[in-house]
Amino acid sequence: MFFRENGQFKSTYRADMQLLPIVQDRWFMLGVIALAFLAVPFVATDYLFLSIINPFLILTLAAIGLNLLVGYCGQISIGHAAFMAWGAYAAYNLVQRVPMLNFLVVLVLAGLIAALVGMFFGIPSLRIKGLYLAVATLAAQFFTDWIFARVKWFTNYAHSGSVSTAPVTLFDWTLDTPRDKYLFLLGVLIVFTLIAKNLTRGHLGRAWMATRDMDVAAEVIGIRPVYAKLTAFGVSSFYCGVAGALWGFLQLGSWEPLAFDLNLSFSLLFMIIIGGMGSILGSYLGAAFIVVLPIALNQIPRKIGVPLSTAMAANVEFMIFGSLIVLFLVLEPHGLARLWAIGKEKLRLWPFPH
Amino acid sequence: MKGRLKGTLALAACAAAAFFATSGTALAQANEQFFPVLVYRTGAYAPNGVPWANGYVDYLKLVNARDGGINGVKITFEECETGYATDRGVECYERLKGKGPTGATTFQPLSTGITFALTDKSFTDHIPLITAGYGRADSVDGSVFGWNFPIGGTYWDAADILVQHVGKKLGGMDKLKGKKIALVYHDSPYGKEPIALLQERAKTLGYDLILLPVTHPGVEQKATWLQIRQQRPDFVFLWGWGVMNSTAIKEAVATGYPREKMYGVWWSGAEPDVLPAGDGAKGYNALVFLAPAGKGAVHADIVKYVYDKGQGTGKKDDIGEVLYNRGMVSAMFGVEAVRKAQEKFGKKPLTGEQVRWGLEHLEITPEMIRKLGMTGFMEPIHTSCENHEGAHAAMVETWDGKKWNVVPNSRYESDMKILEPMIRASAAKYAEEKKLPTRDCSKEDGA
Repeated sequence: MFFRENGQFKSTYRADMQLLPIVQDRWFMLGVIALAFLAVPFVATDYLFLSIINPFLILTLAAIGLNLLVGYCGQISIGHAAFMAWGAYAAYNLVQRVPMLNFLVVLVLAGLIAALVGMFFGIPSLRIKGLYLAVATLAAQFFTDWIFARVKWFTNYAHSGSVSTAPVTLFDWTLDTPRDKYLFLLGVLIVFTLIAKNLTRGHLGRAWMATRDMDVAAEVIGIRPVYAKLTAFGVSSFYCGVAGALWGFLQLGSWEPLAFDLNLSFSLLFMIIIGGMGSILGSYLGAAFIVVLPIALNQIPRKIGVPLSTAMAANVEFMIFGSLIVLFLVLEPHGLARLWAIGKEKLRLWPFPH
Repeated sequence: MKGRLKGTLALAACAAAAFFATSGTALAQANEQFFPVLVYRTGAYAPNGVPWANGYVDYLKLVNARDGGINGVKITFEECETGYATDRGVECYERLKGKGPTGATTFQPLSTGITFALTDKSFTDHIPLITAGYGRADSVDGSVFGWNFPIGGTYWDAADILVQHVGKKLGGMDKLKGKKIALVYHDSPYGKEPIALLQERAKTLGYDLILLPVTHPGVEQKATWLQIRQQRPDFVFLWGWGVMNSTAIKEAVATGYPREKMYGVWWSGAEPDVLPAGDGAKGYNALVFLAPAGKGAVHADIVKYVYDKGQGTGKKDDIGEVLYNRGMVSAMFGVEAVRKAQEKFGKKPLTGEQVRWGLEHLEITPEMIRKLGMTGFMEPIHTSCENHEGAHAAMVETWDGKKWNVVPNSRYESDMKILEPMIRASAAKYAEEKKLPTRDCSKEDGA
């Protein structure tokens, strides 16, 4: 009844091609952004920022990156935490060795370094596909774990291999409170989401999707697979590199190579599978699912006054979390984003479904 | 519908916010001192995490049941499961740091990785971190690490004491020249900590150091022990945790490496480390950190006041295990720090900042140890603003197939002439990296 595009006429190509063609959607999105910028900073507690919201924002960025590669270009990677590690260590070394750089420049450079590494590990994708490629990307993970644990130069010869960072300063703005970090992360995420959304709508995204759907056909219609696949690896690793730098500097503060281990790669992959492959919104929903749910599940028994032992609560958390993943995948194999889309379709017909 | 959907969404968001928001709020103002308890009762390291947690919680319960709290201030506590994972540890920290009328007293994460992450936060949150027998070796320097207390010993102490012990076994430190020492270590900050000291010592003593990392969780060590078979080191130092320890001993049996020449750090010398290896573990050595296995007056009290009332955290039979005792002693540090700080600030709930004063003026004399019922389970401790460690001695114990026996005349103190400059240099580097201001201890000590 309310959610309907009746009477919204597009008289220019520009209007027809805008990001959110439906007026209600635009207002809704503006409302969400306004809420995020104006209300959340005043309502949320430090605990919420540090344990829930900030990790969610950073991992969403990483999930978008992985989604561009896996969801849009169809190249499976189970080593994407490695590119986050490259971003984090690149940023650490840039800050340590070239201290005059602005953090925004550091972020971009860290992303570019991660992109180069990503493209290098993407080369096998030109010859191998599917599960075989997944195994090849695993090499990126193990190589990265090894290099940052063993090559002392990258960790500035820290005696235990753990590096630590100073609070980030942007011009005169020191990001030391959880709220400052949140506002900065939110800004970065919005910019990168816009870029990602537009990339997927442009010729690059179309080339990726064509490659994903059928690479032989894509080649026939004039898309160079080398170009499509390597750009996907590059852009995807760029996103993960930036996310890794943010994860290190604004979330962890000090970290060891273990912070970017295979578990994180799997978590990222689960995020996009549960959220929805080939959907930017899915990256958001998936990240929220993976970040928030375990923590919430862990606290529920105590909240509702069920005295469970610590070990029992932890085990219950695993069991429920696991079953929810299975449940969601059974109910909607295309992820939470698809559920959202179905909901929207239903809304358009409501209250008079055919 | 759109409106209603939005309403539902908003409601859900509010509910979620309220759900998490109440996590951080303080309970009603009460005469209570809140102790957060970070534990791991699940996961790969649970066999070692559980006895430690039981000892820790039992001691807190004992202080409440026997003494009615610390000078009348009741102890409250809440456990949070970290699973030995750094990110969950940090989440637990954030969840618990604001609880109780004055916030958390002190955190003891029992994980070097979590310690590294929390150290970062201690500078703004002002909650002391007690890392008895783990954590950063350079955090002894209280002028940089204002909130870390590696009370009783660090990994550099442990490594130094092991070198001294094997030197003595050979008949003099000069005999170490040309010998080969292999370090089999957990490939994490925990396992890497001792490397710097062992390398420093190798420079003057002239032994060869072979570094053999083992990846988490340490069940796959075939390649490591193949190298030991090839290189035949004269001694193996084991820096493992959890299942890695028992696996290493089993691999030593399979390789035919004599257990008598294996020396574990104090985290590789508890019952869960040797029992799975059965008879093969006989002759294996490890360091004793403060408390060996066994029972004293304090254990009798724990049985009487806690277990006989049905309040015990674990099984009665497990009281007195190595890690149980270590957890108990760790809890004692926190309690005694509060008691000390109460002398200055009054018998009321204290903030983390006040507890730090207590931790920096901790003086546990032999007389006090006797009163605590811990004779034989404690070294005298004396801390200050510059020295957050308080003691740096340890003993060596050997497993005879049934229990741990302390080797006679095996109490060593680490050589501070070597450690001191390393600690200062490393702390200074950390301060520079983090752009931290250092404290001037000479001005603060009287305060």
